[in-house]
Amino acid sequence: MAVNGTLPDFSFSPHVDQVGIEERASRFTKRSIKNETKVNGLKLALNMIDLTTLEGKDTDGKVKQLCYKAMHLHDVYGGLPTVAAVCVYPSMVRVAKQALGNSGIKVAAVATAFPSGQAPRDVKIRDTKFAVDEGADEIDMVISRGKFHQGEYNFVFDEIAAVKEACSAARLKVILETGELVTYDKVRRASDIAMYAGADFIKTSTGKISPAATMPVTLVMLEAIRDFYYKTGKKIAMKPAGGISKAKLALHYLVMLNEVLGEEWMNNEWFRFGASSLANDILMQLMKQKTGVYQSPDYFSID
Amino acid sequence: MATKKSNTIKLKFDSARELAPAPESKSAATIKPQYELFINGKFEKPASKKYYHTINPATEERISSIAESNQADVDRAVKAARQAYEKTWKKMPGKERAKYIFRIARMVQERAREFSIVETLNGGKPIRESRDFDVPTAANHFFYYAGWADKLEYAFPNRQASPLGVAGQIIPWNFPLLMAAWKIAPALATGNTVVLKPAETTPLTALKLAEIIQEADLPPGVVNIITGAGATGAAIVNHPDVNKIAFTGSTDVGKIIQRAIAGTSKKATLELGGKAANIIFDDAPLDQAVEGVINGIFFNQGHVCCAGSRLYVQESVFDQVLRKLKDRMETLIVGDPMDKNTDIGAINSKAQLDTINKYLKIGLQEGADMYQSSCKLPGKGFFCRPTLFTNVAQSNRITQEEIFGPVLTIQTFRTDDEVIAKANNTPYGLSSGVWTDKGSKIFNLTTKLRSGVVWANTFNKFDPVSPFGGYKESGYGREGGLHGLYAYVNVK
Repeated sequence: MAVNGTLPDFSFSPHVDQVGIEERASRFTKRSIKNETKVNGLKLALNMIDLTTLEGKDTDGKVKQLCYKAMHLHDVYGGLPTVAAVCVYPSMVRVAKQALGNSGIKVAAVATAFPSGQAPRDVKIRDTKFAVDEGADEIDMVISRGKFHQGEYNFVFDEIAAVKEACSAARLKVILETGELVTYDKVRRASDIAMYAGADFIKTSTGKISPAATMPVTLVMLEAIRDFYYKTGKKIAMKPAGGISKAKLALHYLVMLNEVLGEEWMNNEWFRFGASSLANDILMQLMKQKTGVYQSPDYFSID
Repeated sequence: MATKKSNTIKLKFDSARELAPAPESKSAATIKPQYELFINGKFEKPASKKYYHTINPATEERISSIAESNQADVDRAVKAARQAYEKTWKKMPGKERAKYIFRIARMVQERAREFSIVETLNGGKPIRESRDFDVPTAANHFFYYAGWADKLEYAFPNRQASPLGVAGQIIPWNFPLLMAAWKIAPALATGNTVVLKPAETTPLTALKLAEIIQEADLPPGVVNIITGAGATGAAIVNHPDVNKIAFTGSTDVGKIIQRAIAGTSKKATLELGGKAANIIFDDAPLDQAVEGVINGIFFNQGHVCCAGSRLYVQESVFDQVLRKLKDRMETLIVGDPMDKNTDIGAINSKAQLDTINKYLKIGLQEGADMYQSSCKLPGKGFFCRPTLFTNVAQSNRITQEEIFGPVLTIQTFRTDDEVIAKANNTPYGLSSGVWTDKGSKIFNLTTKLRSGVVWANTFNKFDPVSPFGGYKESGYGREGGLHGLYAYVNVK
C-alpha cells in the first residue's frame, strides 16, 4: 500500500456538481495568453507531450520514425525542447528504447490488456512485467471499469496496487477511461482509488473511447490530486490524453493546471499530454509567433 | 516520499497571476470630451451651465465632462416626458412600442464591444465582466420586455393594465448600463415615459444608451437621461409631475426617498442594500461551493447589492473550505480592468475605497482575523485586495453592515436551524445562497430564508425572466420577469 494510515471509504469520495465544475472549467478558457507567456506556454506544452502511437498496425519502422520525431521536433527552430516520452505498446518498447538512446526521452508502455483491461490479473501482471523488462520507464495501465461499475472498489484498488508492485522502478500511470465512467462523481471516486492504491499519475483516457480528455474531467482529477496532496503530502502527476490536438486548448489546460495545483506541477514530471497530433499544431503556433505568419502544414514533419 | 503534515503544505500560485498583458483596445470606443443632457430627443446644454469630471477609477484620469442638472433641467426633462406620454407613448399600440424596444436591444448588441469598453473605463469593473455579463444581460432585458409590450393582456388576464405616466428612475454605479436596462425596458413596455438619472461617477454608458435611443428614433421625450449628483436625484423624487420612482442604491437614500414621497400618490420600487448569507453544508460539493463563494463576493469587486458577503460554513468542513478559499483567492488577478485576464478591477471611487478601508480597520479592531491574497496592487487608481475575515460573530459590525467591497466574513454553524436563524438575523433580505447535495435541505431552507432571491448550488445568476428584489431594509417591489411589469402599471 502506497499510503500509510487508514484508507478512506471510497463510496464517500467528495461529490462534484456538474454545472459548477463545467462553469469553472470554461472560465480557464477566458484567460488570454499572449506574447512571452504564450511562447513559454507552448514550449512547456511541447515538453509535456507523450508522443503516442497505439495502433494494431504499429511496426518497428513506424516506432523508429516516431522516436526520431520525438528528438527532432522542428530543427529549424533552435532551442526547442523534446517531448517528454514516447508511448507505445509493450511489444515496441525495445525498439523505442534503442531509437531514443540517451536522449533523455522516456518510453511509456500501455499495459494490463490495454485498452479494455478485460483480462485476468495474472495476464495483466505478466504484461506489465514484460514491458518493464523490455526497458519501459513508465507504465500506463487501465483500471477494470466493469468491476468499478459493479461497485467492487476493493478489486480495482488491489489490482492497481498489484500492478504498481510489478512496475518496480517504473512510474505508474493509471488510466481511468473517464468516457466509460461518465459522471464526474465516478471520475472523482476512481481518482481517489487510484491515488491511494499507489498511482504515480492519474490519466483520463486510452484515446480509444469518446469522449476522451475534457477540461471539466481533468479539473475533477486535478482537484482530487490537490486534496490528496493536502491529506498525504504526496504529489501525484496528471495526464489528460486524447482529444487535445490544438495548441490553444493545450494552453487552456496549462492555465487550469497553474491555477489548481500551482507552479510546482508546471513541468513534465508532474503533467503530461497524451497526444499524437498536438506537437505539430504547437510547432505551427511557435513559428507563427516567431515569423508573424502561418506556414503550411507541409513545412512540419509528420511521423 | 515522506508524508508531511498538511498544515506545512502550500501550493504556489505566483506564476498563475503573472501573465503577459492582454489589454482590450481603448480605440474601439469613442468617448466625447463633453456630454450634455438628453432631453426631448436632443442633447441639450444644462441650464445650470455646470459640468463635472468623470474619471477612470483605475488610473484616476479624467475621461469626460458631464453636465450637472439643476431644478430647471429636471423640470424640462419631466415636462418632455409628460408631453411624450400624453401625446404619443400611452396611445401607441403595444406592438409598435415593442418595435422600438427591440430596436434598442439589437443596437446594444451591435455595439456591445463599445459599451463594454466604456463601462470598464468609467466604472473600473474587469472587461471580462462587462463583456460577458453586463452588456449581454442588458440587451437581454430589452429583448425580454420588448416581448411583453403587446402581450400585457396575457400578463394580467381578465384585467386591464394601464401605464402610470412619468417614471423617475435613479440608478447606482455598480452596474450602470444593466441597471438602466432594468429600469427603462419594463417602463417602456408598459407604456410609461422615463426620466433616468445615472450615478454621478458612472454616467457614460447611460449617455451612450441615450445616443442609441436617439438613433433608434424613439419619439422625443419618451426617454430622457439627465446627469448630476444627489441633488438632481432629489429634484426628480420631489417633482410633483412624476408618478413613479424606481430607485436602486443605498438603504439610507432609500429611506430618504420613502419619507419624501410619503403622502403623495407616487408609486415606488426600491432595491436597496444587502448582506447576503451564503451557506455551505458539509455534504456540499466543496470545490464548486468555494467557486460560488468567490463569485458571490468578488464579482464586480464586491460592488453588488446581493453579494454573498456573509459566509456560513458547517463547522466539520470549515478547515477544508477555508484552505480552498485561500488557494482560490491566490489565483485571482487584481489590476488593470481593461486587461482581459483581470478578475478583480478597480474600486469604483475614492469614497468607496475609503469606506471599505474603514471597515477593514473596524474588523481588525473588533479582533477578527484578516486574510488578504498576496497579489500586488497597481500604484495608481483605487484597488483593494480580496479579503476575508474569520473569527467573527453575528455581533461584529463587519458581519452586520454592508461593506460593498471585496470583503467576506466567515462564521461556522452546527445545525440547519441555527444557520437559518443566523442568516435571517440581519436588517437586510435581498439574497442568499445554499450549497448542499441534498434536495430536501434546499427546499427546507428556501422556504425559511427571508430574502427575495435564494440561489441553490449557484450564486449571482441573473436572468430577465426571473424577478429580483428584497425583504426588509433591502427594499420592496420586484424587477425582472412578469413581476417587473406590476411595478409600472395600474391594474383594474
